[in-house]
Amino acid sequence: MYKIAVMGDRESVLSFKALGIETVSVENVAEAKNQLHRMAEEDYAVIYLTEQFASELKSELAVYAERVTPAIILIPGKGTTLGIGLAAVKEAVERAVGADILGE
Amino acid sequence: MAKLAVNPTRMELTRLKVRLKTARRGHKLLKDKRDELMKQFLEIVRQNRALRLKVEAALIKAGNSFTVASAAMSPEFLEEALLYPKQSVALDFKYKNIMSVNVPIYEFKTSNDDPSEIFPYGFATTLGELDDAVLALSEILPDLLQLAQIEKSVQLLSQEIEKTRRRVNALEYVMIPQLEETIRYIVMKLDENERGNLSRLMKVKDMMVAEARKKNAY
Repeated sequence: MYKIAVMGDRESVLSFKALGIETVSVENVAEAKNQLHRMAEEDYAVIYLTEQFASELKSELAVYAERVTPAIILIPGKGTTLGIGLAAVKEAVERAVGADILGE
Repeated sequence: MAKLAVNPTRMELTRLKVRLKTARRGHKLLKDKRDELMKQFLEIVRQNRALRLKVEAALIKAGNSFTVASAAMSPEFLEEALLYPKQSVALDFKYKNIMSVNVPIYEFKTSNDDPSEIFPYGFATTLGELDDAVLALSEILPDLLQLAQIEKSVQLLSQEIEKTRRRVNALEYVMIPQLEETIRYIVMKLDENERGNLSRLMKVKDMMVAEARKKNAY
């Protein structure tokens, strides 16, 4: 069996607790980095990460993007979406096709 | 295009011809692989976009409800209310092979299927907004997991496509022209040697004939 976790600042992840998903609340980027590496080594299959932290962890995310586990999926944190998640999809298209052919 | 540094011999020529044949075949196969990957990729990436927009909107809505609830309730109460979840989610996954790329297929089980049973707290001390937030989240959960599966597939496929595209281009624009150039060079060199040899023989024959005539004249 594999595990699912949500990682982000305390307020963003607390509500996921009600669903029975493991929540990991982190205060700063360094802590987020450590937790991310720890979870990647254990059997976490899916990690949802708030966009606020994702923007600071670009290089780590690039490493895990090439591996099958864990799948790190960006979700909007509290309030608004920063559009990083959608930009990542666009980036993947540009990488594969050479141009963004989906458009807006 | 630069030719390879090889000796212009017949053996080398045979070797290069075999390599060219292999390269052509590999190029064709990789090109087919790239096209098929691309087809699959575009299909998935469209789904990914739509699903992400949907999930993000739902998450923001749930987040807003939660913010209202957390503003009105004391943090201790809020934490206490959510401390022991009634349901748990377990995940299992298998692999699906898309053109030699292993993409995950997630299967998840929730321990509690009744949607009205997800609230892990009594309603006396909590706000309605918290209920909204939890309910909205539990509704989006299947989509959230679907998104994880699709997005991971997109990531893995895009890498494979990039790799395949580079290989195709390297074969098409570097390897194959280089081999062709080198083969042409060797063929020309061998032909030139052949002609050189032939004219030398003819020259020698002429000399021998002249020599013989000279002897006969005496």
